[in-house]
Amino acid sequence: MDLNKKFTPETWPDHPEKATLEAKNKFVGFWLFLGGETILFATLFATYLALKNKGPSGFKFSTQELFELPLVFVMTLLLLTSSLTSVYAMYHLKNYNFKKMQLWLVITAFLGLGFLALEVYEFVHYIKLGFTFDNSAFSSAFYTLVGTHGFHVAIGLVWLTLLIFRNSKRGLNLYNAPKYYTFSLYWHFIDVVWVFIFTVVYLMGVIG
Amino acid sequence: MSSVAQKRGFGATLWDWLTTVDHKKIGILYLLGGGFFFIVGGIEAMIIRLQLLTPNNDLVSAGIFNQIITMHGTTMIFLAAMPILIGFMNAIMPLQIGARDVAFPFLNSLGFWMFFFGGVFLNISWFFGQVPDAGWTSYASLAMASEGHGVDFYAIGLQIAGGGTLLGGINFLVTIINMRAPGMTYMRMPLFTWTTFVASAMILFAFPPLTVGLFLLTFERMFGANFFDPTMGGNTIIWEHIFWIFGHPEVYILILPAFGIFSEIFTIFSRKRLFGYSAMVFATVLIGFLGFMVWAHHMFTVGLGPTANAIFSVATMAIAIPTGVKIFNWLLTIWGGSIKVTTPMLWALAFIPTFVMGGVTGVMLGTAPLDYQLHDTYFVVAHFHYVIVGGTVFGILAGTHLYWPKMFGTMLNETLGKVTFWFFFFGFHLTFLIQHWLGFWGMPRRVFTYMDGQGWNSANVISSVGALLMAIGITVMVYNIIVTSIKNVRVANDPWGDGRTLEWAIESPPLFYNFAQTPLVRGLDTVYIEKMEGNLSGITPAEPVQDIHMPNGSFIPFMLSLGLFIAGFGAMFRTEEPWGMAVLVIGLVWTFAAMAMRSLKDDLGYYVKKEDILKDMKRKGGQK
Repeated sequence: MDLNKKFTPETWPDHPEKATLEAKNKFVGFWLFLGGETILFATLFATYLALKNKGPSGFKFSTQELFELPLVFVMTLLLLTSSLTSVYAMYHLKNYNFKKMQLWLVITAFLGLGFLALEVYEFVHYIKLGFTFDNSAFSSAFYTLVGTHGFHVAIGLVWLTLLIFRNSKRGLNLYNAPKYYTFSLYWHFIDVVWVFIFTVVYLMGVIG
Repeated sequence: MSSVAQKRGFGATLWDWLTTVDHKKIGILYLLGGGFFFIVGGIEAMIIRLQLLTPNNDLVSAGIFNQIITMHGTTMIFLAAMPILIGFMNAIMPLQIGARDVAFPFLNSLGFWMFFFGGVFLNISWFFGQVPDAGWTSYASLAMASEGHGVDFYAIGLQIAGGGTLLGGINFLVTIINMRAPGMTYMRMPLFTWTTFVASAMILFAFPPLTVGLFLLTFERMFGANFFDPTMGGNTIIWEHIFWIFGHPEVYILILPAFGIFSEIFTIFSRKRLFGYSAMVFATVLIGFLGFMVWAHHMFTVGLGPTANAIFSVATMAIAIPTGVKIFNWLLTIWGGSIKVTTPMLWALAFIPTFVMGGVTGVMLGTAPLDYQLHDTYFVVAHFHYVIVGGTVFGILAGTHLYWPKMFGTMLNETLGKVTFWFFFFGFHLTFLIQHWLGFWGMPRRVFTYMDGQGWNSANVISSVGALLMAIGITVMVYNIIVTSIKNVRVANDPWGDGRTLEWAIESPPLFYNFAQTPLVRGLDTVYIEKMEGNLSGITPAEPVQDIHMPNGSFIPFMLSLGLFIAGFGAMFRTEEPWGMAVLVIGLVWTFAAMAMRSLKDDLGYYVKKEDILKDMKRKGGQK
């Protein structure tokens, strides 16, 4: 593949994420990987539901008392918006507009960072209340499920930062376009997992 | 870059193997790595049988016996059977679909090195004297009570190796979906490719639960989590569910590729096309699907209740139907064929009755009320050795003899191969047939010794003698491999003479780019079709000779896996040794640095020039 080949918006393929065999492989392979990730989170969800509110005798924490929806609502807003901004970035990727794509990706990164910061704040807050990782089966399951999601967000941010800086000088080509695209798939996936966490852990925890 | 073989120094050769991304070389690495662990697991098995030879034996202590049975099971399943099968998938499947490499050559290499370092991590526990001893299933209540770092070695070692397997599974799936040669429709794929496809899909969905389970176990043992501790609100049964949601599909991951190898063998040596090809494909997919629906039959005695037990009982028995379809199709493939009884064919013929016996005891154990009687007795041991050895290991040994010339360019000796077969076959039935009765007579599994006068003595002696015969068989095979490798008589494209699929239409071993021109596939058993129409090369090219794009080798997979290996040690000794935390950080930084290097450095591959390909073709007098 020739990295120096220059494109114009007219010559840029309609589906740059699937324009070469390597890109097609990456595309299919990443979808399959996300399938595996789905099972991974499903297992964590099942574990959480089995251990929800369970603790040693005299255990005082429960989802109703612990969780506060306003904070989680802001987190949800940040992450869902970051998914939207990554869609804008992919729109510009398909139109061969590198600068706008990078701009939207930077916005995506900051929104993700905001989410992560709030999650750290949330965890620190719980730990101050005495709801530590080794405090009960419930706390272990909660931190493992939500923490695994947070870890995925963190990995995604590192990945995105590397992508933005690595390609900042050279613009779009058919080698890095699939990389951007797989990142956006990953980011949407994280978002979908969060929707489930928000529903199953927080909403059903407070209301159910 | 020319593909003409050159004499190279030892260092250059070693570097080539450490950095290779060629699926054929990675296949050989898997075969060697898996073969090594197969011998290790075999030695552990021999010690087990030696210990059980006589009542009240004190060859090994109860504690060491627990370690040996745990490591025997873990090694054989994760480090021997599966890697060797993945080795065959690597070496053969891309050839069967007319591809030049797998979809992700880099990940392929990474998968191998993760398996290798994970396996080494697990086995290094012997040198620390802290060996996993909670059984290969590592049930939580046993694992929590296990002292020392044994179970940590298990959890971290399998985590690393399992990650490698997951990468391999995704890789094979994408290869089959995207890289089939023109005309190679799904329903023209050889059965081994089909079983690779289904087994890979099962890996994709079965390994993430194992990943989670092992993480929970690690967190519980090392960071004070409470998933499995009832006094802290935990539930020990969660581990059993998670483990068997992985563990049951795992046994089908082990058996399906072996089914594929046998299907190839029956067609080649009966010289007929496979009977009921589409039914075989359907049965493979159905087994893969049902394999996820039956995990709780390992847990009948846990107390899930009669409804759950009944459902899982029926689902378990349902698997006998597609398996039966396969058995009859193989029989009808042989029926009326012009049979050549070669070594691979001997294994295949022996496989049918052996596996059927294992399947019948499987249905017996799937009957929940009977399972209450047989649970945790030697009957269970006999059952799973009949399916895993009688199916998977027979398949591996058959595949080794069948594909050896394709992978190494020289044949294994047929006479020695048959000697191996007869020793192993008789030894196997001698060892495990009697264990059904030992189970009926009440001998529990996993006991390190037994009292005299319970009527178990002679049965155990018979069993141990059988194990010796199997060991002799394997020794003969190792001798066979060494002798034929030294003689190194080169063979042509199709040494068995009746190859029907694409791998038999190219050199043995194939050139690094496999096919000078991508083949055009005109039907099931395409090489057979071409030959019948007088095209002796077996291939109609689908493209003119042109430059071929190939991937670059890379040392990053080795380094990345090494980083995980180092981090594993750090994690384990994090709190009790002053260097623990530092080593953990170094390992993780190392790993992420390797990942970043992969990410930041462009890897565009290179082109093999048309002139070099034409030169190769002229030299080999190969395809027109």
